[in-house]
This record gives sequence, structure tokens and C-alpha cells, in this order.
Amino acid sequence: MAGHIKTSAGDKAYLGIIYLFLGLFTICTIYPLVYVVSCSFSSPEALVQGRVFFWPVEFGLQGYQAVFKNGQVWSGYLNTILYTVVGTMVGTAVTMMAAYVLSRREFPLRKGMTALFMVTMFFGGGTIPMYLWLKRLHMLDTIWALVLPGACNVWMTIIGRTFLQSSVPEELIDATCLDGGDYLQYFTKVVLPLSKPILAVMALNFALGHWNSYYSALVYLNDAGKYPLQIVLRNILIQNTVDMTDMGSGMDVNSMLHNQYLSELLKYSLIIVSSLPLLVIYPFLQKYFIKGVMIGSVKG
Amino acid sequence: MGTLSKLKKRYFGKKSMLQLYLLAIIPIACIILFCYVPMSGILIAFKDYSVRKGILGSPWAGMKYFEQLFGTPIFTDILRNTIVLSLLGLIVGFPFPILLALAFNEIRNARIKKTLQTISFAPYFISTVVVVGILNQIFSYRYGVVNGVLNLLGQESVNFLGMRGFFRPAYVLSGVWQGAGYGSVLYIAALSSVDLSLYEAAALDGASRLQRVIYVDLPCIAPTIIISLIMNTGSILSVGFEKVFLMQNPVNYGVSEIISTYVYKTGIVQAQFSFSTAVGLFNAVVNFIILLLVNTVAGKVSETSLF
Repeated sequence: MAGHIKTSAGDKAYLGIIYLFLGLFTICTIYPLVYVVSCSFSSPEALVQGRVFFWPVEFGLQGYQAVFKNGQVWSGYLNTILYTVVGTMVGTAVTMMAAYVLSRREFPLRKGMTALFMVTMFFGGGTIPMYLWLKRLHMLDTIWALVLPGACNVWMTIIGRTFLQSSVPEELIDATCLDGGDYLQYFTKVVLPLSKPILAVMALNFALGHWNSYYSALVYLNDAGKYPLQIVLRNILIQNTVDMTDMGSGMDVNSMLHNQYLSELLKYSLIIVSSLPLLVIYPFLQKYFIKGVMIGSVKG
Repeated sequence: MGTLSKLKKRYFGKKSMLQLYLLAIIPIACIILFCYVPMSGILIAFKDYSVRKGILGSPWAGMKYFEQLFGTPIFTDILRNTIVLSLLGLIVGFPFPILLALAFNEIRNARIKKTLQTISFAPYFISTVVVVGILNQIFSYRYGVVNGVLNLLGQESVNFLGMRGFFRPAYVLSGVWQGAGYGSVLYIAALSSVDLSLYEAAALDGASRLQRVIYVDLPCIAPTIIISLIMNTGSILSVGFEKVFLMQNPVNYGVSEIISTYVYKTGIVQAQFSFSTAVGLFNAVVNFIILLLVNTVAGKVSETSLF
């Protein structure tokens, strides 16, 4: 069909503008990332002398060596993995339960529960009441302060409910009924196996959120040994506090200068080390994020 | 519809229904424990809260903390900063994903389209800390690449991060950088459902590509645009704390101190619990009023509204 449409001069100019716009946008999107990667593989001297513009200059791995020698980064990484794994499992489980229960039209509490959930999208206690409450629950400085408050995600619950109502055929519950099953069996044996796409949507959104979050940790954690990666990143990238004692070098001027350069290089390598896992896997998983937006917009 | 008869139908009997209640308990407990109980903590905005006496035991303070807030010299500053930052973000950040989606929609080559879209997604997966980190590195006075290029062109280095005027554009544009690709998904989905016969009709009428966008695409995605505009406007006073807090420095406090960073500083850092809660509550109430207003206006103008 499209082939029949003649392309006039005006259309050509218009398409030209579209391609120009998209080209510029793509360059602006990707350049900062390429630049950070190239810097991270350059030598400290080339970096601070401003010789890196696009490709790595004086290729080296000193930045990465410095990152891996940094104890804070290691502990931050491990903590983040722990918080992300636990947070994703707990969050997905709780949210899926809510989605399933709400997807059953005959569930008597359905309306009340929906209302209870929706209100929280518009009202919240705010920072301080939450902080004081978690303090009373003795959850400050524990993983639970990061995992539990967001475990039942209302937005994901609605997306999950919409998915279950539209993608799991009602005939299946009749079949389970005939087989003498019950609601729990229907959930575990029928609904869950059919819900893999929506479970992926939920799990990935939780995982992304936990991996990148720093606010909860900033407010609820005081113990530096429990800091997730993002807090460590903030201390190094934003507040410029790199602990160079791990680098093990002398006190003369040259090595101090070198250390200063190295701490600058370390920032770039650190950005890559912390963001790489997500940047490598997202092209394969983006369809789930897109799916989440699509289902969400249907019922929005 | 068949579902109507099923609506009242109860499967599996009463004993099994108990299982649904049990499954519901955990999520409901989560919501009550971590949303409603903290909500009741808002009471301390009206009390002289002391940790020792607890929420219920602390004496009432009436509107004292709200009066204190309205009387604070920097109240107008943080309110203005919040609104300005939010409006700038909305004016620049809201139309951009729509433009992007319309542009993507014009590309007929599926592979190019998919590649560009995937690239546009990348920044969404980067944390706020890293985005601000990259911003700081690129615009750094001593080692930043922007100053490197300026030097190559024979210009003096500029201390961007030390400029008050740098904060707002940097905040808004880095937001576009991070969110535009992901934000466009919603509109691309809406565009993909445009009835193809409308395009054919437009082509028969001799419409140019641009005219097709204006007379077919835009009207078709208008409801999506309006709903997401309402949602965005509703949060006009809840500018994200994270990025602003990370971008703050003594030079730009005058433009970067917003309500949420003020809540954090007075509440968590200085432990003025009642006052800080009052600030947060003021923020939430104003937000909700704006949401209702925008929703009503949108409902009147276009018959599309949230509720």
C-alpha cells in the first residue's frame, strides 16, 4: 500500500528532517556513553590532559584495576546483588498474589481491596512518618527497610490483574473446578505457568528499581557496611571521596599526582562496572519493559 | 456477555474461598503496614512530636508548623524553585517523547527503527547517580570533554558546575536524555493501533506526510497524550528528590533547593520531625488539588479524564 503513495518534494524534505532529528537524537543519546567507555579504557594521564574525545587514548586497564582494588565497591556490589535478588523475589511474589486475587471477579473483597490500593497512588505518609515508623519496627539499617515498603507495587498489581483477566481463559477455571481443584491449585498449577510474561515484567521492573535505587538506602541505612552500590557510587562520583589507601603507593609528589589522576579515571571505570550488567542485558529484555507500558496504557 | 453470568458464580465452594482471603492477606498487610500506617503518621505535623512521648503522647501544636513554614523566608524560594523546575521539565520533557514517537513512526525500515529505538532506551537503564556522575564528568572544569572541545576551539574553560544558571538546563535536558526513549513507548504503542484505512483515505485525499501526522496521527493519540499530561501535571510539586539532591552544590542552592530536598534536610538531617512532616503534607495537598483541577479541566475540554 505504502508503495503506491507518491513521494513529493515536500514529503522528501519532511523525511529528511525526520532522519536528521532522529540522527541527532541518537548521537546525543549514545555519545556520553561511548565517551565514558573510552575514558575508562584510557590512561590516567591521557584522561586528565583532555586527550580523550571519542576513542580510548593509550589503552589501559588501570581504572578497572583501581575499581577492583576498592573494598567499598566490592561490598556495595554484593549488597546491591543481595537487595536486588531478595527485593525482586519478595516484590514479585507479593504483587503477583495481589494481582491474582484481584483478577477473580467473585472475590468478595475485590472492590474494597482495589480502593484500598488505589488511594495509595495519590496519598502517602511522606518521608518522615515512614522513617519514624520503620524505626519503631526496628527495620532501619536492615534489608527490610529497602525491600518491604515497596513490595506490593500498586501499579504492577493493576498491570498484573489486567494481564490475568485478558490472557488467562476463564474456561480453565471451569476445568480446574471439574478436576476437583481449588483456588490455590488453580493459582499454582494453571495461572502461574501462564503468567511467565507478566512475571518477567514485574521481576524486571523490581530488579531495575532495586539495582538503581539510592533514596531508601540514603534515608534508612547508616551502617556503611550495608551501603548498596548506588550509595558508594554517590560517595565517589558526586562527593569525590575516593579512598586511595587501597592503592598502596608512596607519599612522594609524583605518586600522589598519579593517584589523583587515577581517582579521576576510576570514576569512569566505576560507571561502567556499575551500569554494564544492565546495559548488556537490556536489549534482550526490553520487550518486557515495553509490554509493561502497553498493558498499563490499556487500563491507564 | 458470558462473563455476566460468571460474575456471581462461585467456584470451588466456601472452603476454597478461604484460600483467596489468605492469599490476599499478605499484600493487604503490606499496603496497610507501609502505606496507611505511615499515612496516619501525618498527625505529627499537627503535634509537637518528641521521640520519647511517641505520636499519640505528644502534645497538639495546631497549625504551628504550617505557620512556621509559611513564615520561613525561604518558603517562597523553595516553592518557586519547585514549580519552575517542574514546569520546565514538563514543557521540555513532555512533548519530546511524542515527537520522538512520531518520528519513529515515519521510519519504514523495521531494522533501523528497532535499532534506533533500542539505543534510545539505553539511558533509562542507567541510575540517577550515574547520570549525574556522567554530567559532572563531562562538564567538569578541569577534565571535562566539553571544556576540552572549548579549549580546542581556542576558548577559555568554563566552570559549568560552578554556575548557578547551569543547574536548570542541566536538570531538564539530562531528564530528556534519560527518559525520552522510554517515554516514547507509550505513544508508539498508541500509534501502532491507528487504523490503516485512515492513512489510505488520507493518501487518496492527497495528504502529505506531514498532513497525515497532523490530521491522522495526532488526533488518534490525543487521548493517550491527555491522560499522561494529567498524570504529569498532577505531580507538578513532587519533583524527584534524587536527581536534584545529587546535583545540589553551594553555588546553586538558590535555584536547586526544592520542597523534597528541604523535607530531607529539615527532617532526616536536622530531625525537626513535625516541621518536616508539615512541609511534606503541604506538598501532597497542593499536588492533589492540582491533579483534581487539571482532571476537571481536561474532562471539560476533551472528555478524556482520569476519573
